[in-house]
Amino acid sequence: MSTRAFGARVQRNIDPQLLRGEGSFVDDIPLAGALHVAFVRSPFARARINAIDISAAAAHPGVAAVYTCDTIGELDREMPLLIPHPSMKDARTQRPLARGDAYYVGQTVAMVVAVDRYTAEDAAALVDVDYDPLDVEIELEKAILDEAPLVHETHPNNVAAHFVQVSGHPDKAIAGAEHVTRVKVRVDRSTAAPMECRAVAATFDRVTGELTVWDGTQAPISVRGGLASILKLDEDKVRVIAPHVGGGFGQKVLLFYPDELLVPYAAMQLGRPVKYIEDRRENFVGSSQERTQIHTIELYAKKTGEVVALRDSFLHDTGAFIPYGIAIAQVASTSIAGPYRIPNIWVEFTAVYTPTVPITPYRGCGRPQACFAIERAMDQLADELGLDRFEIRRRNLIADAEFPVLRDGLLFADGLAVSLDSGQYGKALEMLAERLDVDNFAAEQEKARREGKHLGLGMAFYVEGTGLGPYEGGHIKIHPITGKVYVNTGLTSQGQGHDTVFAQIVADQLGVKVEDVILVEGDTKAFDWGVATFASRAAVVSGNAIHKSALIVRQKTLTAAANMLEADIGDIELRDGAAWVKGTDRAVPLAAIATATNPLRYAFNEAAKAATQFAPASRHDGPALAEGQHPGLEATDYYSPACATWAYGVHGAILEVDPELCSVKVKRYVCIHDCGNMINPMIVEGQVMGGIAQGIGGAMYERIEFDSDGNLVNANFVDFLVPYATEVPQVEILHLETPSPLNPLGVKGVGEAGCIPVGAVIASGVEDALRPFGAGRFHQVPLTPSMIHAALAAA
Amino acid sequence: MKPPLFEYCAPRTLKDAVAMLAGDPGAMVLAGGQSLIPAMNMRLASPARLVDIQHVDGLKGISIENGRIVVRAMTRHRELELDEAVFRANPLIREAMAHVAHVPIRNRGTVVGSICHADAAAEMPMVLLATGGSVVPEGPRGRREVAAQEFFQFHMTTTREPDEIVVEAHFPVLPEGAGWAFEEFTRRHGDYAIAAVAAIVEPSAGRVSLAACGVASRPVRLEASEQILAGAELTPERIKAAAEAATDAVSAPDDMHATNAYRRHLLSALVRRAVVKAASRAK
Repeated sequence: MSTRAFGARVQRNIDPQLLRGEGSFVDDIPLAGALHVAFVRSPFARARINAIDISAAAAHPGVAAVYTCDTIGELDREMPLLIPHPSMKDARTQRPLARGDAYYVGQTVAMVVAVDRYTAEDAAALVDVDYDPLDVEIELEKAILDEAPLVHETHPNNVAAHFVQVSGHPDKAIAGAEHVTRVKVRVDRSTAAPMECRAVAATFDRVTGELTVWDGTQAPISVRGGLASILKLDEDKVRVIAPHVGGGFGQKVLLFYPDELLVPYAAMQLGRPVKYIEDRRENFVGSSQERTQIHTIELYAKKTGEVVALRDSFLHDTGAFIPYGIAIAQVASTSIAGPYRIPNIWVEFTAVYTPTVPITPYRGCGRPQACFAIERAMDQLADELGLDRFEIRRRNLIADAEFPVLRDGLLFADGLAVSLDSGQYGKALEMLAERLDVDNFAAEQEKARREGKHLGLGMAFYVEGTGLGPYEGGHIKIHPITGKVYVNTGLTSQGQGHDTVFAQIVADQLGVKVEDVILVEGDTKAFDWGVATFASRAAVVSGNAIHKSALIVRQKTLTAAANMLEADIGDIELRDGAAWVKGTDRAVPLAAIATATNPLRYAFNEAAKAATQFAPASRHDGPALAEGQHPGLEATDYYSPACATWAYGVHGAILEVDPELCSVKVKRYVCIHDCGNMINPMIVEGQVMGGIAQGIGGAMYERIEFDSDGNLVNANFVDFLVPYATEVPQVEILHLETPSPLNPLGVKGVGEAGCIPVGAVIASGVEDALRPFGAGRFHQVPLTPSMIHAALAAA
Repeated sequence: MKPPLFEYCAPRTLKDAVAMLAGDPGAMVLAGGQSLIPAMNMRLASPARLVDIQHVDGLKGISIENGRIVVRAMTRHRELELDEAVFRANPLIREAMAHVAHVPIRNRGTVVGSICHADAAAEMPMVLLATGGSVVPEGPRGRREVAAQEFFQFHMTTTREPDEIVVEAHFPVLPEGAGWAFEEFTRRHGDYAIAAVAAIVEPSAGRVSLAACGVASRPVRLEASEQILAGAELTPERIKAAAEAATDAVSAPDDMHATNAYRRHLLSALVRRAVVKAASRAK
């Protein structure tokens, strides 16, 4: 093992299993005699519930139970507000089953448990709910008007939160500005659309008193804590397992979805396993969404293009409830100045209740909206000042020597002031310019126009605060029999490749093969300290925790090996699954060291036989384990980041607009990306590519459509247009590696990066292509053929 | 997304199939199931009885007889698309079928099933209309032939009686020397058409046949455009006029995928492209 695993393009450990169809998702867990759940959901966006008659449903053959808010005991309560903030008063969260009022189409009103899902759905149709529908206003800008119907009587003008943040001295800077650019932009609502919808299964063992829950969640430790609290069980009597999970993108970390509480409750009540497998329509109407924001942004500049101040005021749609508090709006507002120096910032947002599916973070979490606002404004500023789009950015990008850049007064989602830690922004921009041959593009564009083709160049820069705390842990143990290395952390994986990148980190320290490092995560019985997978934080927070643990195990291994080989510790090296005396052929396998460090041996295994050939692993008099000594080669350590570390990148595209079909074809798409030191460039590229694919969705295709009554009218994959492989362009990804100074591995997060700038890139490119038509500006995504047609028709 | 209870019948003869269909007013015909099964899973359709015709004798296969391509009821899309004799007899069919959903769906879905489903934005009903084809329903009162022009009434509504099974669709072969073209625009590859146009240009007869889908409550012949092009030289000006005349065929209101104004603009462009391409292929 002479080459370093960290930084290598190592194949993903998990792929053979998943590609052979041997993955085990919640619905694959065999639970004999399991009952199945179907929900009765509100057909009205806002309604009073006068009465619920379950008698026909309860009498339906095969039905085990029908629950309403009156029969779920201690669960009949508002679910927790995850992140309180003083900008919100009386923040509203959902109840597991509606009591008295329904607040969006799809809200759970009653739960049917039956022998199978068919029967459960049949019976759900028999639950008779007497509703009085109420007036609704779905459109964000109208929902805040005085005459708008209220989602919650407690919140006038439907205002859920209002917050202003200031950095520097914007008033003074604005007074001295020579030019102002004002842009109003809108990003519409989308949904994560994970390949596997959400799922929960539970079984309660009356003998041991243990509740076991399989949950397709990103946060099993938190789910366990919540279940233990609400169901009044000891935490160690609740085991939550997130098995293989088919994509999450933030949607699977709500704490709690109604089913996550109700399914375990029903399993305990009924004494049988209970399963809820969400279907696609339910995922559309019952699981969180994100994106709608309307920004009005102003850039105050000098004639040179130097932006001296920024003002942004935006509306944020939070749906019917606000369980995550202001997290998304806060991330958007603190990312609003992007990669630019802009020293003076005033940013205000109003979070607005609408009677729609609740909003929680979806990959990007406010950043795509902020990026769309600042980048569209930068393009317009360039035009107004007669500057090139690259030049305006050159004049405003933070220079390498200026890091760290503190945006005092802007508090990020971790509650700490924004501090951009490192980067090579200027170099990234020049790499993009060179790769796209920007200098010659105007000539190419002109030539194409003469041939009747309309090419456009689009570009956008972004930054992303990643690796949020508070902490994660890593536990590492070298197996005494096989010498394999087991690693536990409190995260879960939804396909990211944690098992490979964490193995790479450990493999280097312990001198073992990547495939001999086995990661176990997503099981509270295996490791139960930690937070969850979200906010592009796994590599940064768990990665460094595992690294720290690996250093301890490495030291223990070296010490034991030095004793066994009777050599100086400085002469020991770990490679090829063994400890070697440098420059000799004297070695002891890790399995033998792990065995020798355990005073209890197993005489029948090879490692034990090998261990006896060497001197003792530990030299001391007295009991087998010296005071303070632990058996085996094992350690647990934690990492708690001081603050977020900021990744960044710049994307550019050459696209062709057909003014007859009003279609957009992306001919080239280039991504320059920097997430600090890369643990595995192939996995980084996979993350970036997946993000860009979702970004293409948000830029051109995906829009959740509500009618004026609040019905989600495209709750299916025919009408909600997730891009296929045929719609996602080839992407050229180029890397920069500017280490983060904030953590031992020098890494930054990458999970969300790809999706952030794509909307701005496409709008920028379409605008450029249609300039000769006088089609104006494109300030809304998804950017559709109908919008291009309207712009051309108005020109 | 689970269907309610239904009775499942798998008859072996057409006579039994017709009797089973007629025997229950809540019965529906199941062929490839690519539209009906999802509709049942979403409980948008709740047939009391499914009459599965896949095992019925005599409903499989394609033949070309008397200037017509006869497509029997259980013929999968993919069979028709890949049939070389069909391609030689009427290449418009293969050109259009590349736009019908995706290969896995074309492997299961049937041509006649798509025609009977009669989605206003579907390709195959429109191709039947463009070629001047017909369908053959059979019911307790016997067998009849219905021209495409009379068959399609409204979105998902045809003149098939509830107790009839459409056993064949007839696509006329392309007239000697005629040129053809199929032009479609979708938001994503394989989606239902925002608008699509089929064109057949017959120089010897001085006739241009044009049909469109996705633009109205059913597939439509673009008669105003056809008249402008009839018996005349297909100059750019005349084609442009025909393309503009087509916009009146757009009656679809604004929907989530396209505004009415955009659909009009789009249809015009597709008509022009289809006529130019079809004319270039004519002999």
